[in-house]
Order: sequence, then C-alpha cells, then structure tokens
Amino acid sequence: MNYNFKFSALWPYMPEILSGVILTLQLASVAMLFGLAIGLAVAIGRVSSRPAIRMAARVYVEAIRNTPLLVQLFIVFFGLPSLGLRLGANTAAVIALSINLGAYSAEILRAGFESVRVGQVEAGRSLGLTAAQTFRHVVLFPAIKAIYPALASQFVLLMLTTSVVSSIGVTELFGQAAFIDSRTYRSFEVYTLITLSYLVFTLGFRALFSAIYWAVFVRRSHR
Amino acid sequence: MIREFSLNDLVFLLEALRWTVLLALVAAVGGGLLGLLVAILRTLAFRPANWLALSYINLVQGTPLLGQLFVFFFGLPLLGVNVDAWVAASISLSIYASAFLGEIWRGSLQSVSSRQWEAGASLGLTYMQRLTHVILPQAIRISIAPTVGFLVQLVKNTSLAALIGFVELTRASQIITAATFAPLTVYGIAAVLYFVVCFSLSQLSQRLERKYHAPR
Repeated sequence: MNYNFKFSALWPYMPEILSGVILTLQLASVAMLFGLAIGLAVAIGRVSSRPAIRMAARVYVEAIRNTPLLVQLFIVFFGLPSLGLRLGANTAAVIALSINLGAYSAEILRAGFESVRVGQVEAGRSLGLTAAQTFRHVVLFPAIKAIYPALASQFVLLMLTTSVVSSIGVTELFGQAAFIDSRTYRSFEVYTLITLSYLVFTLGFRALFSAIYWAVFVRRSHR
Repeated sequence: MIREFSLNDLVFLLEALRWTVLLALVAAVGGGLLGLLVAILRTLAFRPANWLALSYINLVQGTPLLGQLFVFFFGLPLLGVNVDAWVAASISLSIYASAFLGEIWRGSLQSVSSRQWEAGASLGLTYMQRLTHVILPQAIRISIAPTVGFLVQLVKNTSLAALIGFVELTRASQIITAATFAPLTVYGIAAVLYFVVCFSLSQLSQRLERKYHAPR
C-alpha cells in the first residue's frame, strides 16, 4: 500500500462540517417531533372503534415499515412534483423522515398503551386517588417509563438515518462529506472522518438519554 | 431522449429485484457467519473478548450504514483490493448484519436459563453435550423469529447500495426515471416490489414468533 493518508486536508473545511452537524441535529429533532405526533395519531387510530380507521392506520404502518426510506424519500422529492407539489430538498427530507418515523413510533406508543392495564387504574381509584392522580401516577408516568428506552434508541437511529437524505442534495453532515470530497479528492479520509464523527453523537446521546432516564425514572421511584 | 414507461422497464425492474434479493442473501450469509463469531465473543467467559465484540457492535451500530458503504467503497482500493460496488456493498452489508445478528443471537443464548446448564451438568453431560443437546435447541427456537425480522431491515437497507452505484432495484429505478421521467410510477413500482418481499418476510417472522413463543 503506497497511499499517503492526509487527514489534515480536511482541516480548512471545519466550518462546513460544523454546519453539517447542526443541520443533521436539526433534521433529527424536527423529524422526531413530527414523527411522534404522527405516531400518536396512528397509535390512537389503531385502537379506534371504527374499522376503517383501524385499517387505514395498519396499512400506513405496514406500507412504511416494509419499504426502504430511500424509496420513500425519492417518491416525496421526485414523485410528488409530477402531481404539482414541488418541495425543497430540506422540506422533502423532513416530510419523508417524519412519515417514516411515524410508523415506527406508532408501534412503540401502542406498546406503551398496552402496558397499562385496566386493573391498575381500578386499583389506583380504589386506593383513593382522584381520576387526575390516577392518570398521572398510574397511567401516564409508567407508560412513558415503559416506552422511553425504545424512543431514545429510535432517536439515535433517526440521527444516523438522516445521512440518507444527502442523496437528494441536503447539505447535512453526510452531504457536506460529498462536498468536501469533491474539493479535496480525499474520499477515504473524508468519509472515514465523517462516518466516525457520527459515533461521537451516538455515544453522547446514549449517555445523555440514560442520565435523563436515571434522573427522572430511577431516582424518583426510590424516594 | 424521453420515452414512455413500458413493459420492458418493468422487466428491467424485476431483474434488478433479483440483485436486491441476492445482495441481501449474501449479506445474510456473510453477516451470519461473522455474527456467530460476535455472539460467541460476547458470551465467552473472557473479558477482553467481550469488550472487543462490544466495541465492534458499538462501532457498527453507532455509525450510519451509508457511511460504512462509502468507507469500504473508497477504502478497499487503497489496500490494493480492486473492488466494484458489488463487492463493497456485500462486505459492508455483511458487517452491518453481523453486528445486529450477533446481538440477536447473544440475547437468545442468554435467555436460556443458566439452570439449564446446571441441570445438564448434574445429569453428567459434557460441556459440548450440554451446548448441543440442551442450550442450542432452545436458543435457536427463540432466535428464529427475530432473525427473520432482521432480514426485512437487511432487504430494505440494500437500497443504500444504489448510492455507490450498484444496480439493484433502487438504482435501476433511478436509471429508468432518468429515461422515462415518470418518477411516481417507477418509484411506486419499486416500493410495491420491496413491499412484496419485506411484507412476506414480516408475516413469516410473526408466524414463527407465534409458533415458537406460544406458552407451552
């Protein structure tokens, strides 16, 4: 092997990398927010008393979970304009990521609902708790505690997945890698460095989320 | 030159689907072998081996698969290995699969109660006899459904190989879209084809789950 590695060639592109990081985190956060909202609506739809709504919710979940995000992204970005709906790359990315996450978070939230049993609510009421107290301490808090780990890892997964939207020209972290590659011709160095930098955020978020879990759920239940 | 979407294009997409399935199969086999090693290293009573396997899993699961694809695509030629997109995609998807399959199988192994080991020992079975006759039959039953479930992820993720130029279903769709300019039709058909493969696997996984996890 006689290739001279030159990671220092990337140093002048620090501002681009930084702006890529910021856009990646923004995309992940916004898509998480919208994805959770969609997921909540769909999870409620799946236990609806009307069969048509239950069916629609199930079709949505299965359609999204059994097709690749990349194809969903291409349908939103390249396909919708032929129906007269032209979207910017960033908007298309947020829409595709949110719709994608919606299906996964719907399943997580559904599991959360199911973890609370009717008997527990009755037990809460029979202990003299008010309806509001029962909802807060017996229904909401344990349900959030049950789904929190799954949602936390879903966020990390989403953050990694945002790299895919570079394919439609979004200049998030991975999109910046393509740009720097085109300027420096240091493909291997660029992609290795950018790929590894995601690891920093993965480990950072995991540590943050478990610290929050400990502070909110573990410490509190020991009091 | 723009032309109409025709039956030939559909045939082209179906042929490209073969490459999607083949890539997923190669990654499942390669990832399976490597994943077995990961699962063994994770469960071995030897700390450095556990840490090594855990670092590997964190590295693979903590970075984007798209990034791994690009690193192998541009990195292997530097080692003097002449690779095309097919080889780079096979290798990086195998590595990706090994980290997830390794964890699934470690979980399955460890979910068999340690008392089963003790029971085997008290019956006078050797270590290998306990492993092959007591532990593995139970662990394999537990692991089948989640393993098939992971194959759905693997099939979907082969689509990322399109971005390094490997002509599987998604790349073929891009090519046809460029010629026909019917993106909604072409990507719609691609989505349906992926759905047929993935939904079948999902249903199979759920059926296996019910079969092997039913209370006995």
